[in-house]
Amino acid sequence: MQASISISSSSSFAPVAPRSVRPPALSYSTGQLRFCRLRREAFGFCSFNQSCSIPIHGYRMRNRLPGMKITASVSSNGSPSKGFDYDLVIIGAGVGGHGAALHAVEKGLKTAIIEGDVIGGTCVNRGCVPSKALLAVSGRMRELQDEKHLKALGLRVSESGYDRQAVADHANNLASKIRGNLTNSMKSLGVDILTGVGVFVGKQKVKYGKVGFMDTEITAKNIIIATGSVPFVPNGIEVDGRTVFTSDHALKLEWIPDWLAIVGSGYIGLEFSDVYTALGSEVTFVEALDQLMPGFDPEIGKLAQRILVNPRKIDHHVGVFAKKITPAKDGKPVIIELIDAKTKEPKDTLEVDAALIATGRAPYTKGLGLENVNVVTQRGFVPVSERMEVLDANGNVVPHVYCIGDANGKMMLAHAASAQGISVVEQVCGRDNVLNHLSVPAACFTHPEISFVGLTEPQAREKAEKEGFEISIAKTSFKANTKALAENEGDGLAKLIYKPDTGEILGVHILGLHAADLIHEASNAIAMGMKLQDIKFAVHAHPTLSEVLDELFKSAKVNDDTAVPLPEAVAI
Amino acid sequence: MTTAITPLKTSFLPSSTAASKQLTSPSTLRGTRRRCGNGVRIQAKIREIFMPALSSTMTEGKVVSWVKSEGDKLSKGESVVVVESDKADMDVETFYDGYLAAIMVDEGGVAPVGSAIALLAESEDEISLAKSKAIDSGSSSDPVESQSQPQATIPEPEAPKVTLVMDSASVSVVSMHPAATAERVVASPYAKKLAKDLKVELRSVVGSGPMGRIVAKDVESAAVNGAPSPAPVANSNVRVSVDAGIELGSTVPFTTMQAAVSRNMVESLAVPTFRVGYTIITDALDQLYKKIKSKGVTMTALLAKATALALVQHPVVNSSCRDGKSFTYNSSINIAVAVSIDGGLITPVLQDADKVDIYSLSRKWKELVDKARAKQLQPNEYNTGTFTLSNLGMFGVDRFDAILPPGTGAIMGVGASQPTVVASKDKRIGIKNQMQVNVTADHRIIYGSDLAVFLQTLAKIIEDPKDLTF
Repeated sequence: MQASISISSSSSFAPVAPRSVRPPALSYSTGQLRFCRLRREAFGFCSFNQSCSIPIHGYRMRNRLPGMKITASVSSNGSPSKGFDYDLVIIGAGVGGHGAALHAVEKGLKTAIIEGDVIGGTCVNRGCVPSKALLAVSGRMRELQDEKHLKALGLRVSESGYDRQAVADHANNLASKIRGNLTNSMKSLGVDILTGVGVFVGKQKVKYGKVGFMDTEITAKNIIIATGSVPFVPNGIEVDGRTVFTSDHALKLEWIPDWLAIVGSGYIGLEFSDVYTALGSEVTFVEALDQLMPGFDPEIGKLAQRILVNPRKIDHHVGVFAKKITPAKDGKPVIIELIDAKTKEPKDTLEVDAALIATGRAPYTKGLGLENVNVVTQRGFVPVSERMEVLDANGNVVPHVYCIGDANGKMMLAHAASAQGISVVEQVCGRDNVLNHLSVPAACFTHPEISFVGLTEPQAREKAEKEGFEISIAKTSFKANTKALAENEGDGLAKLIYKPDTGEILGVHILGLHAADLIHEASNAIAMGMKLQDIKFAVHAHPTLSEVLDELFKSAKVNDDTAVPLPEAVAI
Repeated sequence: MTTAITPLKTSFLPSSTAASKQLTSPSTLRGTRRRCGNGVRIQAKIREIFMPALSSTMTEGKVVSWVKSEGDKLSKGESVVVVESDKADMDVETFYDGYLAAIMVDEGGVAPVGSAIALLAESEDEISLAKSKAIDSGSSSDPVESQSQPQATIPEPEAPKVTLVMDSASVSVVSMHPAATAERVVASPYAKKLAKDLKVELRSVVGSGPMGRIVAKDVESAAVNGAPSPAPVANSNVRVSVDAGIELGSTVPFTTMQAAVSRNMVESLAVPTFRVGYTIITDALDQLYKKIKSKGVTMTALLAKATALALVQHPVVNSSCRDGKSFTYNSSINIAVAVSIDGGLITPVLQDADKVDIYSLSRKWKELVDKARAKQLQPNEYNTGTFTLSNLGMFGVDRFDAILPPGTGAIMGVGASQPTVVASKDKRIGIKNQMQVNVTADHRIIYGSDLAVFLQTLAKIIEDPKDLTF
């Protein structure tokens, strides 16, 4: 499937395309002609190469494999529209920019990407990727240290230990490997990688280069801002990079403090607590809200606390701000002054060996020259429409300028940025496309993992009240799943929030073994608009963890007349 | 596979499609109701929290954990307790505001579906009342009648309720950190957890961590010493807290460590062993110990050193027979010392105990014990012993018989050094400190005379211990 797509999309002339691809090309010709208008202008001919990319429900398989030589040689970076150096210039080569660039080249746009730092951005170099390497280690350490669990499986392990430097190297090596893959995938497609900082000088005009030497000016029909974000450090916190640090430093794993305070209990803080406690640290969470893990569905958060926090060497302070954090020096420990989040009165002082600041991320949009296109950022975020079109100070769309990923703050996730980028490229190519953010899954890679898509229960209830519809909840436990029990990992819960009248899925939340991999059945169902009464007939291999979701869908009660009536709930 | 958990979904969500099951029954105070049944409905003030039915097949449930503690304020919809059914752990929520007055089934306890597991008081004043009710219900079957009488006569104004709401707003829900307590106690997160579990009062623990911080091992040793425990059985000062968790009549599977010990002990049965005992006068050794104790020297290290020096002169006692056909004169003298840790047994090894000076040996010993407690001993630190020491003298044991660890030639059991009236060779009677040692050895390679001369040498070294310090 993948191969046939890339060959067909690589051919410039319809007759060259393999026969097997022709019929769909013809049958979808109306939709496709409209799409090709833009390219006809640019190239003077219409190719049928998009024929097999006609998406179902607006989604299409993407080819991200760098090794596709045929693709690279033929469908390489196209020639630009008249009067422009490029069809598309992307500022920032993170996962968002990368996703957009690949899709743009596939669509025949002449594309350049400007990167002032390293290819791959936060995710690959200082975020998701290296942290997964560390979490892979912490997961195994946990297994080896869990005597009860090993014994239940009949295993005997005399001891476990780790080499800090080797663990750190694993994370670093993974980051460079993925960075290499990303760079190669763009190079092989012929994306122009321009080194330096990109700055707007006017409409459809950007200059780039090293700071102070930004003398190269280029014009582009369309520009995507994809500059991402940096760790957010609240006022009063002094980061020294050694005893008080952000995720950037924490990933380098330069040392393992005996006692680490983690300020912020979102998914970044939670993942790091998993890593550091597995490697022997004790952890204290400092959370400003009244509950740990405030971003999660409350029920999932509660269970997560029971599984991921309470049994571990972790304690927590909630409802407090870290007003001042002083790094360790002169033989004194790191000192954290806590104040009550509501009354602002001093509450407590912590003396710890190190503090990790995981209070979220701030957009990295300074120095972009946005004033030259009359755009004012809001707390650093670039304001955008639902189509990622950048809005100017008056709230009007700035033509040809888009912003994706962390820089717009809509959904600060690597894959969300990439999806937004693809959506923008679709629009640039003349096909209207609005990304449904409620279909974008999110995951926290603790052991066990947490994942979710769509609305949380309180969000759904609020929406239901406002819009006047009913919601229902269904839940299944990993304890009832054969595969989970075989792994002796029965801790976990899957929760479904849905409309009982239509069978529409509003949200799915999972905490349990491989939750991050399990969520996609739900996110795809939401993206495709599938209803529960239909999806519950889908078959799942037995015994697999996916049956947790199977059970979940089956346990939903949809009052749809057309559906087969289900027996009444057993009275209890 | 398709065991429907459906009922679960409906149980705790008031707005779910099916009827919600209320966990606290409004009609719990039967007595009150009946008494005041003249049309005026007086709200029940103390409600029972029932063990809910989480599935149609559930007959009893286990209380996994109490999310709230006694005295905590509860608001409608909050989780109170986690219950484990045959299928899942579920949060049980309260449908009433109030205070968790009394917990009747502790964590880990099992209760039949429908039985009361806790009491919910409506106001703070009623907590004590509910508590006494909980105690009564433990002894007599129907205490409600008498208990509820006083309540029924007290009219229930709305006012206190209002003030309570205000209270709850100002008093933070989380009662983790008594913010303004007089002295600050700095304890690591795990130390705090352990202190709670082992019921150790942190204020009475001296911290040994960085900057005097209380760390886990401080709490552990405080628990073992028993002193700070609020209600210790102050009889023997050894391991008071450990016994607390033992459920009589229960069968407990071996831990990994216990299984290993068991394996080794059974294996030892294949070795033909015999025992030789000796009484050694320890006055000189005790004096030496007093002198150098301040330099960190321990009695264990002294005994290991003395044994090692004796072994130098009797290599056969330091040999081992593994295949029954040959035996090995071990090239180094590694003294393994049995220590009990967390109910298990491990033998950290003092390597080259004959060559290492007594101070380094003592330091090494401390390091090994710390590592053993932290379960971080490397294999070569616990399985390379060539001769084993087991000392029960600190408990007042005067003599005992040790089982030979497989793969070694001999083990020596050391008893207590006790003041004893002895007649000396010059026909005088005096008091001397005496210690009995008893060596168990593999008779395939070590014979009676070998042990006899070894013990003679050892006695000489201990009775004139100047060589121990070089």
